[in-house]
Amino acid sequence: MTLLQFVQGPLWYFASAVFVLGVLWRLIAMVMIGKPRDLSAARTSSFGGGIKAILLHSVPHGGNLARTIYHFLVGYAFHIGLFVLVLFAAPHVRFIEERLLGWAWTPVPGWGFALAAQFAFAGLILLYIRRLTDPVMRKLSDWDDHIGTWLVFLVMLTGCLALQESHDGLRLIHLLSVEALMIYFPFSRLMHAFTFAFSRYNTGATYGRRGVTP
Amino acid sequence: MTDSASAKTSDGPNVQAAIDKFIAVTGSQVAAYLDACIHCGQCAQACHFHEVTHDPKYVPANKLVPITKVYKRHKAPFAALKRAIGLAPAELTADDLTEWQELLYDSCTMCGRCTVVCPMGIDIASIVGLSRQAMVAAGLGPADLMEAAENARTKGSPLGMTAQVLSDRIEWLADDFEVEIPLDKKKADVLVTLSSIEMMKYPDSVVAMARLMNASGVDWTFSSHGYEATNFGILSGKSDVAKIMIERLTGAAEELGAKTVIIPECGHAYGAMRWSAAGILGRPLPFEVLHITEFVAQQIKAGKLKLKKMGDAITYHDPCQVSRRGGAAEDARTILNAFASDFREMEPTGNNNWCCGGGGGVQAMASASDLRHKVFRIKTEQVDKTGAQSLVSACANCRLTMDESKVALDWHTDIKSLVELVADQLEDA
Ligand code: SF4
Ligand code: SF4
Repeated sequence: MTLLQFVQGPLWYFASAVFVLGVLWRLIAMVMIGKPRDLSAARTSSFGGGIKAILLHSVPHGGNLARTIYHFLVGYAFHIGLFVLVLFAAPHVRFIEERLLGWAWTPVPGWGFALAAQFAFAGLILLYIRRLTDPVMRKLSDWDDHIGTWLVFLVMLTGCLALQESHDGLRLIHLLSVEALMIYFPFSRLMHAFTFAFSRYNTGATYGRRGVTP
Repeated sequence: MTDSASAKTSDGPNVQAAIDKFIAVTGSQVAAYLDACIHCGQCAQACHFHEVTHDPKYVPANKLVPITKVYKRHKAPFAALKRAIGLAPAELTADDLTEWQELLYDSCTMCGRCTVVCPMGIDIASIVGLSRQAMVAAGLGPADLMEAAENARTKGSPLGMTAQVLSDRIEWLADDFEVEIPLDKKKADVLVTLSSIEMMKYPDSVVAMARLMNASGVDWTFSSHGYEATNFGILSGKSDVAKIMIERLTGAAEELGAKTVIIPECGHAYGAMRWSAAGILGRPLPFEVLHITEFVAQQIKAGKLKLKKMGDAITYHDPCQVSRRGGAAEDARTILNAFASDFREMEPTGNNNWCCGGGGGVQAMASASDLRHKVFRIKTEQVDKTGAQSLVSACANCRLTMDESKVALDWHTDIKSLVELVADQLEDA
């Protein structure tokens, strides 16, 4: 078995299993801890408040824009760019069709890929510069924040390089970095991609009950 | 074992007791919060303690560090695996606890402002409340708050107002102000409670409440079996005292057969009884709980309170626990719009208001006074921009905080109680 075959075969299945089972276990175990029942007399619906909070906290609200506007613009640039790259880049769409689902959707054209990549890179780099320079973010950051950022950066960089599809070496490095990210993901703060919904819902439900969604 | 039994050992804070408590209070809701924080620091700008100092240690997310350390080392999914391979956070230390005492007590008013800004919607105020329980377990509850909580347990109120003092003061107020103030009726529809801050420092507020209750024509009383609405058990992190205070009010209301319990002008007291009490007792409350502003707004809407108009320019400070964390911001507006012809909103206001700096027990901590006076500068600037002659609030704790800071900052705008103002505007007053 060549290294490429190993990375495309057993290692890919292992990374996928760690990713899927790890994410599921982390969420299930978190929910299974359980919480005290809220027995207060509800003013309005908890469920409605929970859904409202998931939507409301997607955008800055209630003032205090000076800090949030940077994260809002740069954060969305990064996340949307990354989302487009992961799900709509032509090689990924082909991969999804051939190896995952048996069918897929239309990929973005070359210019779309380039635009998404620019947004994703600019967003990630600007967020990271802020993490390194803003005193508040420096105070809060730990090694997990740095590893997560560097892994995502590596995946994006090798992904762009791997567009030279004839070059197996570059594809190999890209796949390896993706697999490293997938294995790291469930154990890290990258889990915020899933936990954000639980966190927002919980607050929305608690306060929705009180007739207010902060 | 009561909370006070696990005090500081002779070697310093009882770290193990704190770890055990942090583990015990971390339910799935808190776990989701701790797992979701992305260390973005956006919450910094919402917190008055950060805004007036620009010291990064005051960023709200930093207040989550001790509980997060314990959760991620001991309770989170994969914690054992991470410990085994050395990737779990280091064990909590006595130094951590000592360093975070100021952050969890002096510099968090549990105002909930940071939650609005947080992209994850993390309810930092509630986590600070839970973390305080661990600090008490470690023996690191601030002396002032511990004393207030013990006074509440042994004397009935944080300021030492016993049932006898209550009865004496009610008699004095009823005589002096010629107002009927019922105490210990056998049966009543409505139990009215008070905060000892009002009774000891702003007794006019108690008289005003009595006038409003009488004018509304409801069957009401105070009770010497349950009168203190503030809950320093919750504020300090002493959960046994928290429960005792709630049991007293609930017991008094049940004894009277009351359908309604009215919480006076005190934001945290409202939060404690309206939103936390049933959970602490473990059963739904058999009566409704209303903040005095909710009750008065209801009476105004029902046409039972007739008010004269007042032309003074006034602005309103929302107590965080009544508005942003209580859901009753509109009731104060209903009242104000019923009598104040020149009511001016601050910017921001309502659910986005700035805290006075004294919530969450911070008012009662001498060590926090310099910091909270600095914080109050935000409020004075807000008020000055409105050009209002008076700053009105519906929380005696906010009022005391603001009165003290006003002197410290040499600021001259009048600070008033909404209940007192509205009682003065009663048509037959
Ligand atoms: S609850 Fe209020 S005081 Fe506490 S950290 Fe948040 S904004 Fe600051
Ligand atoms: S805004 Fe929320 S997610 Fe960001 S650092 Fe503060 S608490 Fe954490």
